[in-house]
Amino acid sequence: MHYAHRPDYGALMSEPLLQAVNLQCERDKRILFRELSFSILPGTVTRVEGPNGSGKTTLLRILAGLNDAWTGGLNWCGASIAGQREAFLRNMLYLGHRPGIKPLLTPMENLRALMAGRRPVSDAALGQALEGTGLRGFENIPCRNLSAGQQRRVALARLLVADEPLWLLDEVFTAIDADGVKALEALLQQRAAEGGAVLVTTHHDLALPGMRRLILGAGGSFDER
Amino acid sequence: MNAEARPAARLASTSVGALAAMKGVFARDMRVAFRQRQDLLNPLLFFVMVVTLFPLGVSPEVSFLSEAGAGILWVAALLSVLLSLDHLFRHDFDDGTLEQLVLQPQPLFLLILAKTLAHWVLTGLPLVMLTPVLGVMVHLDGNSIAVLCLTLLIGTPVLSLIGAIGAALTLGLRSAGVLLSLLIIPLYIPVLIFGTGTVAAAAEGASVGAYLALMGAFLMLALTLAPFAAAAALRISLSNG
Repeated sequence: MHYAHRPDYGALMSEPLLQAVNLQCERDKRILFRELSFSILPGTVTRVEGPNGSGKTTLLRILAGLNDAWTGGLNWCGASIAGQREAFLRNMLYLGHRPGIKPLLTPMENLRALMAGRRPVSDAALGQALEGTGLRGFENIPCRNLSAGQQRRVALARLLVADEPLWLLDEVFTAIDADGVKALEALLQQRAAEGGAVLVTTHHDLALPGMRRLILGAGGSFDER
Repeated sequence: MNAEARPAARLASTSVGALAAMKGVFARDMRVAFRQRQDLLNPLLFFVMVVTLFPLGVSPEVSFLSEAGAGILWVAALLSVLLSLDHLFRHDFDDGTLEQLVLQPQPLFLLILAKTLAHWVLTGLPLVMLTPVLGVMVHLDGNSIAVLCLTLLIGTPVLSLIGAIGAALTLGLRSAGVLLSLLIIPLYIPVLIFGTGTVAAAAEGASVGAYLALMGAFLMLALTLAPFAAAAALRISLSNG
């Protein structure tokens, strides 16, 4: 028997990282999407598009494993996600609407706490990541004293120390200024070039070369381009 | 957004160990709590005030207080823990750290155990430490106070652990306070009965070993089962949120 399903940890493969098979989600007796099948390949940026209420956030939460109200199949590295939840979580980074930042802690403490459960990272590297998101000089100020955009940037600093190959990013461009948006676009593109896979929802006019689009329409249709 | 030495994308098979992750969760909760010290005082003040109401409202007689004292302190401690439960997951839910907690690769029940332990250290343990002072106030004798402290020391972690299930279940609701109480108080009753029963037995000069063993059994049961139930409840609440 050929073990095509066994993920080759340590290196990235050309097989799909994540695969959705006939995904269907119903919310409040309304079908958000049905027969949704797609693959997320390493080295790609995929933008999930659709009008408000078309289920973009729900789709991302389903993929991340935060929402259980769905039917269909989800595969991670070729095998069902259900049996390898730990491996999946270790290799997936999800940033949601709520940035996961404690207002009472400083950006440094927040990053340290977020990384404590994933991968040991030196304070120097964390400081560098904060500097990379333009938070130099704010490392030791409680996050509640920072602006909304700066708080988002604390969450985004995680992307600069992340080794997870799959990023699920929900509305990451919210409250980020023009320079920040440009830098984030460059980061996503660079990430794809390195072999990472990025799935992003945004109302910002994101157009990266080679970007794939997953369009969720009203009434449960979808269109992959 | 550029840091010079960004890690490459790679599939990793190992993650931070469960114990290190639990330490991280515990340390963060402690740090957040000590940034907001006034919130730490609230359950303690509530505890003191409820105990004070009984001599004022019922009777300041030594005979009444020394007999009812242990029960009064136990009920006050129980209500005080109940009052603080809503905060256990609420803030984390609102700011998104709870999502990130659920998405950590370590088993969720262990991370919840760490959170619950932090909750007990911040609310239950101070109540136990305050008990001798209030015990003197309600005219308990030295032996009763010692036994009372011991029962609270074993009992308050049970209150926190069972409470975590209720807090996780009612997380998605707008006004969870009353429902949380209705769900949790019936489950607290056995702990209360054995907690006060132990002190009563000690006051009569009986041996309290069996009572304490039973309370220890409660603690073990809660310690092993409650984190699983709370983890399942948390997933349901997040799935709806």
